[in-house]
Parts: sequence; C-alpha cells; structure tokens
Amino acid sequence: MITAIAPPRENYLTHEYGIKSWLLTQDHKRIALLYLGAISFFFFLGGIFATIIRLELLTPPGDLVSSQTYNKLFSLHGIIMIFLFMIPSIPATLGNFLVPMMIGCKDLAFPKINLLSWYIFMAGGALILYAMLRGGVDTGWTFYVPFSTSYANTYVILTAVGIFIAGFSSILTGLNFIVTIHRMRAPGLTWFRLPLFIWSMYATSVIQVLGTPVIAVTLLLVAVERGFHIGIFDPALGGDPVLFQHLFWFYSHPAVYIMVLPGMGVISELVSVYSRKRVFGYKFVAFSSVAIAVLGFLVWGHHMFVSSQSVYASLIFSFLSFMVAVPSAIKVFNWTATLYKGSISYDTPMLYAFGFIGLFTIGGLTGTFLATLGFDVHVTDTYFVVAHFHYIMVGGTMMAYLGGLHYWWPKITGRMYHEGWAKLSALVVFLGFNLTFFPQFIMGYLGMPRRYHAYPPEFQVYHVLSTAGASVLAVGYLIPAIYFIWAMRYGQPAPDNPWGATGLEWQTSSPPPPENFEITPVVTQEAYDYSILEEMTVG
Amino acid sequence: MSEHIVTKKQYAHVFVILLILTLTTSWAAYFDLGKLNVVVALVIATIKASLVVLFFMHVYWQTKLTKLVVVSGVAWLALLLWLTLTDIVSRGWLPFPGK
Ligand code: HEM
Ligand SMILES: [Cu+2]
Repeated sequence: MITAIAPPRENYLTHEYGIKSWLLTQDHKRIALLYLGAISFFFFLGGIFATIIRLELLTPPGDLVSSQTYNKLFSLHGIIMIFLFMIPSIPATLGNFLVPMMIGCKDLAFPKINLLSWYIFMAGGALILYAMLRGGVDTGWTFYVPFSTSYANTYVILTAVGIFIAGFSSILTGLNFIVTIHRMRAPGLTWFRLPLFIWSMYATSVIQVLGTPVIAVTLLLVAVERGFHIGIFDPALGGDPVLFQHLFWFYSHPAVYIMVLPGMGVISELVSVYSRKRVFGYKFVAFSSVAIAVLGFLVWGHHMFVSSQSVYASLIFSFLSFMVAVPSAIKVFNWTATLYKGSISYDTPMLYAFGFIGLFTIGGLTGTFLATLGFDVHVTDTYFVVAHFHYIMVGGTMMAYLGGLHYWWPKITGRMYHEGWAKLSALVVFLGFNLTFFPQFIMGYLGMPRRYHAYPPEFQVYHVLSTAGASVLAVGYLIPAIYFIWAMRYGQPAPDNPWGATGLEWQTSSPPPPENFEITPVVTQEAYDYSILEEMTVG
Repeated sequence: MSEHIVTKKQYAHVFVILLILTLTTSWAAYFDLGKLNVVVALVIATIKASLVVLFFMHVYWQTKLTKLVVVSGVAWLALLLWLTLTDIVSRGWLPFPGK
C-alpha cells in the first residue's frame, strides 16, 4: 500500500510555536515528547553512573572510587534508571502518544491531569537531582532498613520524598489511561478489537493505580522513622525490619511488571505487523496481560527468601512465583506461533522484537531459577540476580522501547530515519548487551556478590568482558540518538503508513493533526486484520 | 453520568450515625476485652469508613464500575495484609531459632 505524500498539512508540531506552547500544552502528543525529553536525560545520567561502576569493576581492588562513593553510584544508578526512566519509559512516551490514537479519540480523558503528571514527575526528579548534588544517597534503590532509617548518613529523606512525588505522576498517568480506555473508544471499537498494546497499557495502569500508593506510604514511613525516630521498622525502636521488605516488595515486584508489560504490548504490535498476521491467540495474549497484573501482586516474598521470612511463607511465595511465569510464557509462545507461516520482514523494529523475545525468555527463565528456594539461597545478592533483572529490563523492556521508538518514529516526527544505521545499531545493542550481562550470570553463580567494589582476582575475566560489553552497548545507544536527532531535521518525509500496518494511528497523517483525526474513525474489523490490507494492495 | 443529589437530611443521618459510632468506640475502651480490644475498635472504624465512602463520597449512587474500583482498592489492601500475615503468623513454627 503506497500512500502518496500529501502536501504538508497542519500538524501537532507546527500548529503552535514557542516554548510556552509546549510547557502549557494539553495535547497528549506533545506531553509524550516532553516526557521523552525528560526520560532521555535521566537515562543518560543513569548511564554515566553505570559507566563509572563498570570502570571501577575493571580491576579487582577498589581503586577508582572509595567504597562510600561506590555505594552512592549504584544507588543513584538504580534509583534513576528505575523510578525516573524505566517506569515512565513506554507508558509516558509511547503510551501517552498512542493510547488516544489507537482508540480513535482526540486526547486522553483528562488532558490537564496529563500535563500535571509531567510537572509532578519533573518535581520529583528535581528533588532527587538536588539530593544527588548535595551528596547523594547510599542505600541502594531498595532503601532497606534499619540501614536507611538509622545508620545511613546520606540524603535518604530527600531522595525518598522525590520518589514519593514522582510516584503520583505514575498514578495519574495510570488513572488517565484507565478512564480513557473505558470511555473514549471509537464507535465499533469493542474490547476484543483493541490492539494488544492497549490491553497491556490497561493492565499496567491497574498496577500503577493499585501498587504505587504502597511504595509512597512505605517511603514516607522510612522518612518518619528517620526524621522523628518513631519505631516502625528498626528493631532497636521496637519495629520490624522484615515488615519494610514486605511493604517495599508489595509494590516493587509488581513494578517490574509496570516495566515489562508495556514492552510486551509493543512486541505484540511489532510481531504482527512484520509477519503480516493477526497475533496468534489474541484473547490469550490479552488476558495474559491482566493475569500478569493480578498474579504479579502475589509473589513479592520471593525477594525475601533469606530475610528471616518464615519458611512457610517462602513456600507459598515460591509456588506463586512459578504461577506468574505461565502468562509470560503464553505470550512468548504466541508471538512465536504468530511468526509461523507469516510473511516476515526484517525491518529495524522487528530486529528489536526478536531481541526482546530471546532475551526476555532468558530473563524470565532465570526468574524461575530464582523462585526456587534452594537455588535462591545460593545466588541471593550475587551477580546472578543482577544478570536476571537486566536481561528483563534492558534486554526486554529497553529493546521493546527502542523497537517501538523506531516503529512509531515516522508517525511521531513525520520523518524516516536511516534504515542502514538503524539495523547496524540494533545489532550492536544486541551484541553489546549479551557481552555485558551474560558473564554476570556466570560470575554470580560462582559467588561474586553484588554491590561490592572490590573482589577476588578470579572474577576479573568476567568483569573485563562485562565492561567491554558495556562500552559496545553504549555505542549501540549513541548511534540511534544521533540518527534520530538527524532525522528530525533531514530525514525523508514519512508517508502516513510506511509499514502498511493496520491500526487507527496509521490512518491519519504523519505527524498527526492536533486533534488526531479529521473525522472520528469507525471501526468495523478486528485488530491486525491483514487479509483486508492484502486485498486492498492487490485490488 | 447522572449526578445524584443528596439531601441535607441524608447527610445529617449519616453524620449522627458516625457520632454514635464514635461514642461507641470510646465507650468500648472502658472494657478490657483482651485480644478482642483491637478487633472491636477496627470493626467500628471500618463501618465508619464505609459510611463515609458510600454516602459522603457518593459511591453508593455510582456505576458498577466505580464500585468495582473502590472494592479492588480494599481487596488489594486485604491482599497485602493477608500474604504478609502468612509470614508473621507462621514465624517460629519450626523448631529452629529464627525460622
Ligand atoms: C518479568 C519481568 C521481571 C522483571 C522486570 C524482574 C526484575 C527483577 C529485579 C529488579 C530483581 C532484583 C531486585 C533487587 O534485589 O534489587 C529481581 C529479582 C528476582 N526475580 Fe525477577 N523480574 C522479572 C520476572 C521474574 C519472574 C518471572 C520470576 C519468577 C518466576 C522472578 C523471580 C525473581 C526472584 C526470585 C528474584 C530475587 C532474587 C534474589 O534476590 O535472590 N522474576 N527481578
Ligand atoms: Cu520479584
């Protein structure tokens, strides 16, 4: 299907100019770009901390930075990457841009709240940055007590309050999406005609709304105990330290699904478009998102197997953790089945999708290793765990985020990027990623603990491999940054539907007009109905 | 969305019930019921909170979907308490110190 390039129409980027038109915008597409700018900055900052960490670990002795500084480095790396990059990444950028477009409406249900959520996010981020400039924090992203409440002499309260504030932006985004998806679907767009990206954004939003308040309260309790010495968690003050871990992980395990579910939504879109087929077992994939959202709340105790949590509770949590692997596996099998007899093309977004499927599978499977009580006791707090969650968050979500950015870039900016460079960088990212994190599985299994800046010499070979991989990975991330920015100015103008995709967002111009659609679309087919598209091309 | 108009009289009724329940709480505090002390206080507090949510916050007159949202909030709190209690209650069941 070749669409002639229409004469430049008024679009959401050009219909208003000036800094004020951006900072006061209520257009979900512009707010998505505000978020994109902000989280790219935080990703870069988190990346700098990662670089220093990897440099320090190049040699066995702790010679580059002091142990105190090292503690701050991995804490800030984790806090910034998780709370200020990963959690908002796909929902606040691609989700913000696409939810109204995919369901055929003009904006989110509450445009002002959407803008507010960005400001709240920036306020939380600013506070965390301020804490960082004052001297940072050294508790790890997990803020375990009683260290964080009674012993750490860094800026714990400031950072915790920053995360507390940023959490509200996450809640508001989730709320906005839920209401929008319920009430603003285009005529004819029934629940089972929705793109799977919408289903996964919906499931993510439910977790955001139900889970985030708990981390907010928990961090507030940390601040209260630290500031006023009211005994909640510290046994010396009459509290229970394991209670903190329950409260923390009640949010933070579901939070890992806040990070990965949107990525799964992106992959469903990509796999379908580039195999020219409806996603195999659509309903199963849709409901597995909801199942993950619910079951994800029942497994948090698997982070506490060595915490003096009762063995009986550990047994229950171990069992439930195996259950949550089922819906994730359904997705992987169904994406693979979609490929079967599909007409597959290897455009850049699809390369990222392949990367996601493989790496997420490794991450998910090692998750079940960790959910096994006996094995976990051996590898808790080693690099095995670090490798596990990076396979999911960087190998999974980050791949999906990049794949999604490439896929929707023509729609968002109205320009094409350079396909050759894009393919090359997808390859570099994949190689760099595996070189960085695969050795971490091995050294973790052999006993290299996480969060130490000095280590016995026998682990050096793995650390050298990992640091080398990290350099390759950094190049892989820098190349897209360059050609994306280049493409914004000099890229070929994008047609309305460069990939020949179904989906409402492709039926409007690139970039879309301020109100998304000139006439409200009416939906008469299921999602991903490529038989129709074929007829149109042939006929 | 139909906005339900709540009369002043209805508000007054709920308010009086809340006052009575508050008095009940303080009255109950004069009896030592042992372990039941906390239970009684929490049951009364839960009834009061439900009244506020249902009538002052108008949930009683809202759509099923809104009610579902409210119920899930409570259900998730129950989940948090329940699975945390699987740990707290069963600590010390094994004959080893610390397990
Ligand atoms: C699907 C997305 C997933 C993500 C994003 C994810 C992320 C994480 C993160 C961030 C941690 C480390 C927390 C820390 O200590 O700092 C972790 C640990 C863990 N994960 Fe996952 N995980 C995922 C899936 C799974 C699955 C499917 C399972 C089990 C079925 C699992 C089991 C575990 C266990 C048991 C640990 C604790 C290991 C330990 O501390 O000894 N994870 N995961
Ligand atoms: Cu977990």
